[in-house]
Amino acid sequence: MSSIPMTSGIQRPLRNRTSFRQTLSQSFTMAYRGLLKIRRTPEQLFDVTFQPIVFTLMFTYIFGGAVSGNVHNYLPIIIPGILVQTVITTSIVTGVQLREDMDKGVFDRFKSLPIARIAPLAGALLADTVRYTIATVLTLVMGYIIGYRPGGGLLNTVIAGILVMACSWAVSWIFAFFGVIARTASSVQGISMLILFPLTFLSNALVPVNTMPHWLQWFVKINPLSHLITAVRDLANAGTVGSDLVISLVGAAVIVVIFAPLTVRAYMRRT
Amino acid sequence: MDSVKMKTDWAIEARGLVKSFGSNRAVDGVDLKVRAGTIYGVLGPNGAGKTTTVRMLATLLRPDAGSARIFGYDVVKEAQIVRQLIGVTGQYASVDETLSATENLVIFSRLLGLGRAEARRKAAELLEEFGLTDAAKRPLKHFSGGMRRRLDLAASLIAQPPLIFLDEPTTGLDPRTRTHMWEVIRRLVKSGSTVLLTTQYLDEADQLADRVAVIDRGKVVAEGTVDELKTSVGTSSLHLRVHNPMDMEEARRIVNRVLGVQSVVSTVSGKITAPMMDADRVTDLLIRLREAGIKLAEMSVQKPTLDEVFLTITGHGVEDESQSDEELNKAEAMQR
Repeated sequence: MSSIPMTSGIQRPLRNRTSFRQTLSQSFTMAYRGLLKIRRTPEQLFDVTFQPIVFTLMFTYIFGGAVSGNVHNYLPIIIPGILVQTVITTSIVTGVQLREDMDKGVFDRFKSLPIARIAPLAGALLADTVRYTIATVLTLVMGYIIGYRPGGGLLNTVIAGILVMACSWAVSWIFAFFGVIARTASSVQGISMLILFPLTFLSNALVPVNTMPHWLQWFVKINPLSHLITAVRDLANAGTVGSDLVISLVGAAVIVVIFAPLTVRAYMRRT
Repeated sequence: MDSVKMKTDWAIEARGLVKSFGSNRAVDGVDLKVRAGTIYGVLGPNGAGKTTTVRMLATLLRPDAGSARIFGYDVVKEAQIVRQLIGVTGQYASVDETLSATENLVIFSRLLGLGRAEARRKAAELLEEFGLTDAAKRPLKHFSGGMRRRLDLAASLIAQPPLIFLDEPTTGLDPRTRTHMWEVIRRLVKSGSTVLLTTQYLDEADQLADRVAVIDRGKVVAEGTVDELKTSVGTSSLHLRVHNPMDMEEARRIVNRVLGVQSVVSTVSGKITAPMMDADRVTDLLIRLREAGIKLAEMSVQKPTLDEVFLTITGHGVEDESQSDEELNKAEAMQR
C-alpha cells in the first residue's frame, strides 16, 4: 500500500476526438467484455440453447403429418423456417441487455472514459453474434438428428446459416434502438415481442402460404422474413440463389442504414 | 502533467452551473474554483445537488446553463480531452458485477489504450496496491462494499489522471475501511493529483479537505477552509440529562449561571443542551450540580454536526424526506 508512482500523469498529447483505429479496438474490447459476461453467466444463453431444440422438435412433430403427410417430408420446410424464427427472435436480447447494461453503474465509467461513444454499443452488438451462432448451429444439428439432410450440401447450408446470422445482426439494430430509447428492460422485451411475434408467425415458416386465406397471403408475401426463409430453403435444400436472397440482403442493409445512425444518435443523446 | 500545468492553475472552474430534472432545479447556479493539487470537499445532505454537480463536471451530464472548465478545457466542447484528465468514482461502484476484479481492471486498461500485457501488469499492480490481490479472481458479486469501493477507486487511477472525482467515497463503509480510504485519498494528493470529493459528513471534510463548499438545494451556501466554516457555525454543545425530572428547572438555572449562556430544555428526552464556549467551566458546573444535590444520568459533548452547520448557514435544518432528526442523529453518532 505504498509505492505506486502516481505522478507520471498523461504523456500523450491531448486530443478531442477518437481515431478510427482506437474506435475499432475499443469496440473489440467491449465485445470481449460481452463474451466474458456470457461466460460468467451462462444462464443467459438459455433461450438460444433451448428454443432451437424445443421448437424444432415440437413443431416438426405437431405439424409434420398435417402439412406434408409425414415428418420426414416436412423437414426441408420446417427447419429453415425454425432457423429463421429462432435466430431472429434471439436478436431481441440485444436490446434488452443493452437497456439493463446502460442502467448499471459501470456504464457511468464507460461514459467518463476517453473512448469512442459508439464503442459500448458496437461491442454489445458484436458479442451477440455468438448467440446467433449458437442458435444457428443448434437448430441445424437438431434438424440433422431428426433426419434433415439438406439437398444443397454442407457448404450451401453453412452459407444459409451465415445469411440468417447476418440478417439477425441487422435486425438487432432495431432492438438496440428500442433498448436505447426505452425506459426499462421489460418494456423493450414487450415492444420487441409484439413486433416479432406476428412477423415470425405470419410468414411461410411453418406452413405453405397457399393454405392461408387471401388477405393473409398478401401480408405473408410482403413479410421480409418470408423472403429470408425462402432464400434459406433455396440455398439449403437446392443450392440455388434467387431474388429472395437479394431481397433479404437488401432488406438487411436498409435496416442497418436506417437504424444504426438512429440508434447511435439516440445513444449519444442518452449518454 | 506539464502540458496541464501550463494552461492553468485551476483544476476546476465552474460558473453558474444549472441542471433541472423536470421542474426540479437540482443544481441552481453553482460556482466552484478548485486549485490544482488540493483536496476540495463538497458538503451537503442527500439531494442537495452534489452528485449532479459532479456528473456535470465529469462530462456525464450536460449542463442546462453555465460553464465549467477542467484544467482550462471546456467540459462540453472539449469533453473528450476532459475525459483524459479525470477519474470518476461514483456513489455506487461503477464496476462490472459479473466480472472479476482483474477482468474489470484489464478491460478498463485496454479501453484506455494499454496493450494486453501492459493492461494485465497494471491490473495486478493496482490490485496489490489496494490489497485486493487475494480476491482478484472472484466475481464482484461476492465482494464487500469496501472492496468494491477500493476496486472502483483503483479503476479510476489506471490512467493516473490529474483530477479525481470521488462521489461520497465512504458512505456506507465501516470505520476501518473509511480510515483506509482516507489514507488512499491523502496519498493521491501527495503524488500530485487534485481531488474533488463530495460528502455528507462534516468530519470527513474536516479530515481531508483543504477547502469546502457547502451546497444546499442546488446552491453553494458557504465556501472556505474547514476552520472558517467551523468558526462560522460556532462551538460544541454540552448535553446533560438529570436523574430526577423534578430537578430540571434547578439544573437549568445552574447551567445558565455557571456557563453564562442560554440553555435549551427538551422535556421529551429530559435533556438540557447548552453551547460550550469554554470547556474548563464544565468542571465548575459539575461541582455546582453536585453541591445542589442534582444527580446526572448522562453527560455528553457534541461537536457541531452537519445539521447545525446547515441550521446556521441556511436557517433551516437538513431536510431529508426519509430521515427524521432522530435517525439523522443516530447516523451521525454511528459515523463518529
